[in-house]
This record gives sequence, C-alpha cells and structure tokens, in this order.
Amino acid sequence: MSDKDPSLRRNAPKLALHVPEPPFRPGDAPDFSSLKIPAAGSAPRPDIAAPAAETHPLTTQLVRVLGDDSKAVGAWDPKLDPETLRKMLRDMITVRIFDDRMYRAQRQGKTSFYMKCTGEEAIAIAAQTALDREDMHFPTYRQQGLLVARGYPLTEMMNQIYSNRGDKLRGRQLPIMYSDKKFGFFSISGNLGTQFPQAVGWAMGAAIKGDSRIAMGWIGDGATAEGDFHSALTFAAVYNVPVVLAVVNNQWAISSFSGIAGAERATFAQRAVGYGIAGLRVDGNDALAVYAATKWASERARSNQGPTLIEFFTYRAEGHSTSDDPSGYRPTNEAKSWPLGDPIERLKAHLIAIGEWDDERHAAANAEADATVRAAQKESEKLGILPEQGKNGVETMFDDVYAEVPWHIAEQREQALSEGRD
Amino acid sequence: MNMIQALNDAHKVVMRADEDVVVFGEDAGYFGGVFRVTEGLQKEFGKQRAFDAPISEGGIVATAVGMAAYGIKPLIEIQFADYIYPGYDQIVSEVAKMRYRTAGEWAMPMVIRTPYGGGIFGGQTHSQSPESLFTHIAGLKVVVPSTPYDAKGLLIAAVEDPDPVIFFEPKRIYNGPFDGHHDRPVKPWSKHPASEVPEGYYTVPLGKASIVREGDAVTVLAYGTMVHVALAAVEEQGLDAEVIDLRTLVPLDIKTIEKSVEKTGRCLIAQEAPRTSGFAAELSALVQERCFYHLEAPVERVTGWDTPYPHAYEWAYFPGPKRLKRALEKVMAD
Repeated sequence: MSDKDPSLRRNAPKLALHVPEPPFRPGDAPDFSSLKIPAAGSAPRPDIAAPAAETHPLTTQLVRVLGDDSKAVGAWDPKLDPETLRKMLRDMITVRIFDDRMYRAQRQGKTSFYMKCTGEEAIAIAAQTALDREDMHFPTYRQQGLLVARGYPLTEMMNQIYSNRGDKLRGRQLPIMYSDKKFGFFSISGNLGTQFPQAVGWAMGAAIKGDSRIAMGWIGDGATAEGDFHSALTFAAVYNVPVVLAVVNNQWAISSFSGIAGAERATFAQRAVGYGIAGLRVDGNDALAVYAATKWASERARSNQGPTLIEFFTYRAEGHSTSDDPSGYRPTNEAKSWPLGDPIERLKAHLIAIGEWDDERHAAANAEADATVRAAQKESEKLGILPEQGKNGVETMFDDVYAEVPWHIAEQREQALSEGRD
Repeated sequence: MNMIQALNDAHKVVMRADEDVVVFGEDAGYFGGVFRVTEGLQKEFGKQRAFDAPISEGGIVATAVGMAAYGIKPLIEIQFADYIYPGYDQIVSEVAKMRYRTAGEWAMPMVIRTPYGGGIFGGQTHSQSPESLFTHIAGLKVVVPSTPYDAKGLLIAAVEDPDPVIFFEPKRIYNGPFDGHHDRPVKPWSKHPASEVPEGYYTVPLGKASIVREGDAVTVLAYGTMVHVALAAVEEQGLDAEVIDLRTLVPLDIKTIEKSVEKTGRCLIAQEAPRTSGFAAELSALVQERCFYHLEAPVERVTGWDTPYPHAYEWAYFPGPKRLKRALEKVMAD
C-alpha cells in the first residue's frame, strides 16, 4: 500500500487528518457561552473613504447596534426614522409568514421544494433598504427578502414557486430560484457561488459605462470554498470594482457546519484582508447593523472607493430546505440558544423601546401580513399548482434555448409533440 | 492577411461599430495576447475596453456573464482551449442556460475565443480539441474557422449573434495553411486565396458550411485544421472527393451534408479530437440516420487517439494525410 521506507522515518510522529466537528451534535445541550459577542456600539466606524486596511480589525469583531436594552447605540447607529424601521419590520414579518405558507404548500404537494430563511430575515430586508432601488442583486436562494423589500408582487413569487401559468420563467427553474430583471434580482443558480463573480462583472460593466448603480453579490458560508468566491474577490480587488460582497454565515451548509468551510481558522470577513479590500463582520440578526454596514459599503462603492466584503453572522434556524431534516446532525433546540436572538423580535423590541410600536400594532401587522400572503396565494393558485403543470404547452419547452429555434431542436419539438399525440 | 491579422481586424471592426464590445483575457490587453490576436486594441480603444485579466478563467467567464447581464458585449479570450476547464461551470451552467432559465429575459450574447488543437509541440495542456464538450451543451453555438477570410467573417457574425458563441481558433494554421506533413514548413497564407481578406465589415453566417472542393466520389467532412489535412489527402490520392468545411458545429448545416452524401454515397469524417464521443461520432450518427439508403459503404472516422496529447509523439497522434489516406481507401473499397 505505502511506498515509504520505514527505516528512514522511524521516529517521525504519525500524521493525522483534522476533520472539524461542530460544538454540538444531536442529544447535546447547546451552549454558546464561549462565543465572543462584543457589546453593541463597541465597533469603530471608519470613514467610507478610509483605506481598506483600516477596516481589517473589524473583520474579527462584530458590528452591532442594538444593545441588550434594545436601544440603538454607537457610531454605526444609522439613525433611521421610525417609518423606515416599521417598514423593515413589516417586510421581515411578511417574509416569515410567506415562508411558512409556502413551506406548508410544499407539504401539501402543491410544489416540489421550498427553502425558508427563518432567522435570517433581517439580512436581505435591511440590506435592500440600505441600497438604491436600481442597484443590482446577485442573490442566493435565501434572499427572498430582497424581493419583498422592493415591493415585488407576492403572487408573482408564488407563480414562480408553483411553475404555474403565471410563471414568467415558464416552469424551467426550481421553485425558489426567482428571477426578475426589472426588480434588479438576477437569476439564481443551483451551482453554488457562481453568482458572486457575476456580481463583480455587472459592477465592472457599470464602472466601464460610468453608471452610478452598483451591484451586491451574495453567497453562503459553505460556498465560500468554491473557486468562484476567490475569483470574485480577486477581480473585485484588481479593478477596484463598485460592488458589495456579502457572505451570509448562517453556520450550516445543509449538514456541514461552517468549520468545514474554514471558519475554525479565520472569520469569513477576514478573507477580505488577503485581497486588500475592506471587510466587515456584522451581527446579521441586528437589522440596524445590517443596514448600517450595507449603507457604508454601498457609499464606499458608489464613490469609487472600491469593494467591501461583509460577513453577516447569523444562524439558519430551520432546515436547509424541505428536503432536509436538521435533527439528524444538530440539537433540535440549537436555534433557540443562538445568542444573537431572533431578528424580528429584536427589531420589534427596539421599536417598542423607542415608543414607536406596541404588541397590539405588532399583532395587527402579523394579521395584515397573513391576510396579504393568503390573498396572494389564492390569486396564484387560480393559475395552477405544480402537479397540474407540464401537460399543456409542451412545445414551449423547446423555446429560449437559442434566440431562434435551430433545426435540430425543431425536429425534437416535433417528435415530442407527436409522442403526445400517440 | 494571415488568420491572426484577420481576427485582429475583426476585433477592430466590431469594436469600432459597437462601443459596448469589451475585450479582455490573460495578456490580452497591453501585450495583445500571446498570439497577438488582440494587439493594438488597448491603444485604439483604451483600457476600459481592452484589458488584461487575472489568471482565472472561471473569473473571466463569470465576470463576462455579469457584464452581459449589465448590457455589455464581452468578447473574451481564453489563452488556450486547454485552460477553459476552470471556466467550464460558468460556461455550461450559466452562459449556456441563462436565456432558457430566464425565459429570454437575460440572454448572454458573448463570444469566448480560444486557440485549440495540436501540431505546435504544445504538450498535453496546449494542444487539445475540446469542442465536443461544448457541442453537447444546449444553448451554446460552436464555431471553428479554417481560413483567414472565414475567421474574420465568422468572428464578426459571432459578435453580432444574440447567443453565446464558443469560437475555436486553429492555432496550427494561424500563420499559414497546413499541408499535414510535419516535415514540411507551414506555407504562408499570402499565396492562398482565402488570405484575401476585405477591409472593413463583412460576415460569414453561422450555421452555413462551405464546400471547399467539389467532387462525386466521397464526402469528406472536416473543420478547422483538418480541412487542410483533408484537402492534402484527397489531392495526393487523386480522388474526386467533395470536401466540406463545416465552419459551425452548432448550429450544423445538415442540409449541405445530406445533399453531398446523397450525391457521393460515401462519407469520411476527420477531426483532431480524440475518437470516443467526439463530434465525428455525432456527425457519423446523423449521416447514418439521414442518408443510410444512399450509403455505399460504412461511414469512416479519422480522429486523434483516445490518449492525452503526447508531447514527443504528437505527429503519431495528430491525424495526418497518411491516416486519412488509409481511411479513404477503406471507404472507397466497398
């Protein structure tokens, strides 16, 4: 088996492979007390024109705004007006209710697949709130909040989930892989990480054309191991690209914890250091911190100061998807132990703390969002659910491969249609 | 004009006509590429439109995807076709499928140029012919020119095309037509009629093959460098062969192929790439399916061997006129 000569390496220690293990497995009592959580307001806020290196100490800390008393504190406090805060909260509530309804729809057999973003609602909602409407997102499958924050019709999202007659993607994509050019939401890929350098390319285009719009790329902690992540950072650094690059570190890539992507050795934000770009590590369950960091990075990009890599530190409270059972690899109550709390509860508590919200209004907001989601679902289901699809309009399956249908695909279309006639 | 100059000229034509065309690739900016196809572009069009890229084929293709989504038309260079594999996921999963998965909302009009093929003592990683890896992927168009005239006209057509095009450049014949014999120097293009490359704009349409030699005895299907090997072989054999330069593999000009095979009743297919699952296999199946009752002999394939490209033995690897001769004898014997 081995070609080593034992007489030559007699006294050398045996080598061993280190395979990282998460701190807790099923049956363990999760205890995050060893996790260092800096106090809200403790992180300094550099000028947007600061050299990238000045941000590098921030790649190991955690930008936090909401304190234990639910008040906003420190240099990163974005000082948002109550109406903006309330809109963010309502959008986050809508996303959670939407997720629950669509999860249930999948369980009812109305569609094939669904992915929730429970526990991560603040990230997409607050990040989009900090960006301009015309900026471009290259998202993953867990940024449905970007669409909600931009006022995208929920019925349209559901049409794409059900692949029904109203599905603008004509039944060609997995349910959560939305796409909409007008809403600045790039088509989602199932091959992870591909969108990250694409975001850089879009922003390079904006820079080449002297535009004022910027791009925001999104990736999960697990996919940072893909080559695309590293080419994105290289290109972003080399050409000083006006792009905001977000790593959503939700601790879990299906059943693999973030250590399998390298989190034991360095934070994901620290990846910025080696590329010489600005980096921030942010409490992803703190909507104000997410807003403030994204705003900072977007202003930096928009003023030609270059790219920023932001790690949003959060926790995936539910399974990876409807096909996943997280009780097989982590304690069932782990999400409840997550020390950064629930993003909706934290923003709610903040609004109450500043006298701009109360339990009654919160209940009303929940009821309103629930009614809106139900109405959208009813509307969408009029256009069909997945099991009813794929029978009519088979000929459309052959469209859009090329701008025009070439002879060989036309022949196959004819064959498919004749099979249907048999 | 040789093929390099013709391709360079094509770049200038499209970049002058459309300010959204942007060229980048490894060494493609200041230096003009290792084969000088992009020479002078940075000087004329500036660094915003012609620039060097990091050694990251995945990054080059991916950023081109982003630029195409923005509305820019990327015309990118992958330095050798052998280097295209790190960009393969982006090409196959993103570039090829974007129009389809977005129902036409996001098309990916771009051209990915790359020199391919052997015969230059390039070893395993500077000699491959990976075209069949791309012809197999729905959504891509695949072009392989064989002359300076076609190279310029096809490249301009490729840039204008609404779909993504993988443009394979036969580097063995960049400087002159190849007669297939390794002991003879490549002749310059200057005496070849296809080196008459008009100034300015013209196109050679995608999806249209060229009958480069008319004949009645046998149809020889070839593309890229093999067009010249095939011509040499049939000339040396004194055969009344019809040689068809496919020019575009996808979409394929099936009508020209069918018409010719129906006339000659015999078919030989020549490709540089390895045999198994190569594009010649697809051509062979198409000819068999569509022209079976006209065939007087089994379809023959001449290809590279199913080994990695060997440096020192490349002339034993490369399908030259001798190998074609034997195959022609076989296809004519029945």
